[in-house]
This record gives sequence, structure tokens and C-alpha cells, in this order.
Amino acid sequence: MEAIGNLLWTIVSFYNFLLIRIVIVLVLMLLTAAYLVYFERKISAWIQDRIGPNRVGWKGALQSFADVFKLLLKEDIVPDNANKRIHTLAPMLALFVAFTTYAVIPIGPGLNIAGYEIPLVIADVNIGVLYILALTSLGVYAITFAGWSSGSKYSLLGGIRSSAQMISYEISMGFSIGGVVLLSESLRPIAIVESQSGWMWNAFVQPIGFITFLVSAFAETNRLPFDLPEAEPELVGGYHTEYSSMKFAAFFLAEYANMLIASTLIVTLYLGGWQIPYIETFGLSSGLVLALQIAGFLLKVGLLLFFFIWVRWTIPRFRYDQLMSLGWKVMFPLSLLNIVWVAFLIMVFRI
Amino acid sequence: MSEKNIPAKKRIKDLNSLEKVYFPEILKALKLTLKTMFRPKFTMQYPEEKFIPTGSYRGRPILVMENNGEERCVACGLCARVCPPLAIEVQAAETEKEKERYPVRFEINMLRCIFCGFCEEVCPEEAIVMSKDYELAFTKREDAIYGKDKLLVPVNQLPDKIGFLRNYR
Repeated sequence: MEAIGNLLWTIVSFYNFLLIRIVIVLVLMLLTAAYLVYFERKISAWIQDRIGPNRVGWKGALQSFADVFKLLLKEDIVPDNANKRIHTLAPMLALFVAFTTYAVIPIGPGLNIAGYEIPLVIADVNIGVLYILALTSLGVYAITFAGWSSGSKYSLLGGIRSSAQMISYEISMGFSIGGVVLLSESLRPIAIVESQSGWMWNAFVQPIGFITFLVSAFAETNRLPFDLPEAEPELVGGYHTEYSSMKFAAFFLAEYANMLIASTLIVTLYLGGWQIPYIETFGLSSGLVLALQIAGFLLKVGLLLFFFIWVRWTIPRFRYDQLMSLGWKVMFPLSLLNIVWVAFLIMVFRI
Repeated sequence: MSEKNIPAKKRIKDLNSLEKVYFPEILKALKLTLKTMFRPKFTMQYPEEKFIPTGSYRGRPILVMENNGEERCVACGLCARVCPPLAIEVQAAETEKEKERYPVRFEINMLRCIFCGFCEEVCPEEAIVMSKDYELAFTKREDAIYGKDKLLVPVNQLPDKIGFLRNYR
């Protein structure tokens, strides 16, 4: 009995409670994604002078779970012309990318309980930013596969648009991150957060980079001003036209999980992560500071998520050529300019 | 010439440099939607909270029943005549009372009725009026044919409608 207990303890405490951290983050992510759907509907309703879902649960709070059950119970249709294997692979890939990206984003500084040093991040890797960039570009495959394998022209058009769009905006995204990395001299997310102490948030130090990154993040997550892969009026549903049931739900979930990742990434890279400026000067106890810092991180992410939804219901969709010219003729030069600006700052102030 | 005073439609080249940047315009739009978000909503929670129409509302047509329990209708058949979708059927008969004629059978097929209100307009006796009742759902076709039992409504239940007809017709 004791042996089993010891074994269980070894498994649970493996690598500073890695398993527990993974479970907590996964559950948090799924819950946030579910409630993002709810808030998306609510906020869109408020913007359009409506009330929004209010029947399931208190003020409609259980609406997204009802939606998930509905999708689960629906028939899963695979079109005759589809390449069935890739058709099935695509949503899995989308979900995989959405969930694994979160591994390197720190929620707060380290936690110290009963002699165990628990970092509040799943994997504290020194190439974290590179890992995120690699995985998000893998996300293009999910959409492209989905569009190509469906055997439908609308899906194909959506998939092609998405690959063009995401590859174009990844360039300005990468160059914007270049400015951040120049300042922090590290690709480690925790080091990047720690380099933004006080009010030295990257959003204030390099506002151009912040804006280009924000716009690229919108394009990467296929959110509304750039949701050409879906573009309901032109492409029926874009890449997920031919998807139904849980496979569609997977894409749906992946979109919201991507939104969450984009928000956490923006907070980590540009808004000082978990840091609250000059909190250490208030003379609070370390536990309270930690709690406040985690709350601060969550608040920042929440505000950004609200911003994502708010923008979606405000700005109309770009035309495809406008999207491309914005990406290549505006965002790309701007992100280059940002690198020059950061280099200038480093040269002058020797930060 | 007055044509010169009409401003031409704004083209891309007419936008000023601030508008061309597009960013301030986005902020303006965001401000507008944020304001809208906190505006009071006027949605009615329908089954719990019902819309109460005014007297001029054209709901389902009904027959007016006098206080002595008799219908006003004299079975002239004008409503049946004017009814565009032929929803009304009247069968007249004679009576000893002052009005001499009354409808033995008066049926309105609610599947046909288009709520145009012509019957109400044409009625010389103010006997058929459009009520405020708008909740009409049937599970059987037979249920949709309203006979005299369902059509007769006491006159004291219709003060709004009668008042409206008196004042504005």
C-alpha cells in the first residue's frame, strides 16, 4: 500500500508537479474557451442593442455547454469527395497546436510550497518564443489541410487565403518579436517578463512593435478584421464549411484557444506579463504579492480578450487585396522600423 | 447653379491624411460600439413579458357580443364579400328581434386570414372588429376554423378598439 502511495507521489511530484500544472492549465484553457464563446455572444449582443443568450442557466451562463452537447450529439458528416484521413487530421492538428502553445507562457513568478519550488509555467524553456512561433505556423497546416481535404471549392478558397494570410502576417509578427528579444536579450518568456520591470513595458517602450504585433495576432488567429478564411458572405464558412459535429467544434474551440494564446502572448511580450509596476515598494506580504500578480496577469488577459471581441464586432472585414497590401506594405515595414527604433534605444540609453 | 453645392461623394483621394492612416478611425468606431454596449436594451422577454398593443392593432378578427349576450352582427355578408383571402363564411337567418337578421353560422378560417382589417372597415354595424389577440397557434387544421363560440367577445372587453373606431374611422 505504501509502495503504491510512494509511486503515486513520485508520479504526481515529478518535475515539480508537472502533471498537476498541465491539468490545471488545460482545464483553465477549456473553461476559458467555453466562456469566451458565451462572452462573444453576449458582447456582440450588447453592441448590437440586444440581450444575448439568457435562457440556459443564470443569464445564459451554461449556454456554451449546451452548445457543446448539441455539437457532440450531431451527425458527423464527411463529404464523399473528401480525403478522409486528412479531413480527420485537420481538426486534431488545430486543437493540438492550440493547446500545446500554452506550455511556455508563465502565469506568475515561482511559487514556494513546503520546500517545493513550483514554477507557474508548464515548461520554462529558453527558446519559448521560438517554440510559440513554430507551433503557430504549424497551425496554418490545420486550416490548409481542412480546406484542401474537404473537396469543396469554398473550403479550398478559405484554406488558400488562410495560408497566404498567415504566412504574410507571420513575418511582421516575427519581426515585431525581434524588437522584444533585442531588449530582453533572451527568448525565455520568464526573462522577457522580468525585463519589463516597473513601467518599462514593451508596449510603451516600442509602441509601433506593439501595434504591429497586435494586428498580426488578429490576423494569425483569423479574427474578424482578418477572418478571410471563414468569410461567411463569400465562402459559406470557409475552411470549415464541410465540417460538422465534434470536428467543427474542434475548430471552433481551437479558434478561441488561439485567441487566448494570442492574448497571453501579447501580455507576456508587451504588457509586462504578471508584473504590476512597483508592487514591491508597497510592502505587502510575499503571498499577497504573488496572488495580486497572478490576478493582474489574468486581468490583463481578460481585458485583451474583451478587446479581441470588441474589435470583431466593430470593424468590417478587409478585402483580400487590402489584407495583403496591409500585411506587406504597412505592417512589414513598420515592424522593421520598430527594430531600428529598439536598436536606437539600446544604442543611446545602453539599456 | 445648385448642382455645385451638392458635395461629391467622398473618394479615397479626398480623404485627409489622418483618415488615410485609418487607425484613428478605428478608435472612433471602437468608441461608438463601447457606448452602444451600455445603452439600455429594449428587448421584450416574450413568453414572460407580453406586448400589449394599442387600440389600432389588427389582431385576430372577433365578433362583438352585446351586453345581453347577443351578437351585433346582422349577417349582411359584406365582410365575407370584401375578405380578400375568402376566410369568412356567413350564413344568415331571420329573427323576431329588431335587427331581423342574425348569422346562424359565422366562421373565420384563421389559416386564411391575412389580418388586413377590411372586414372591420366594411362592417356597417361595428360588429366585426380586429382584436388585440395575436397569439394564434394551432396543432390541427380544424382548430384554425373559428366558429361563433370562439369569435364572440363581450363588448365591454373591447373599449380600446371601439374607442379607436369611433374616433378615427
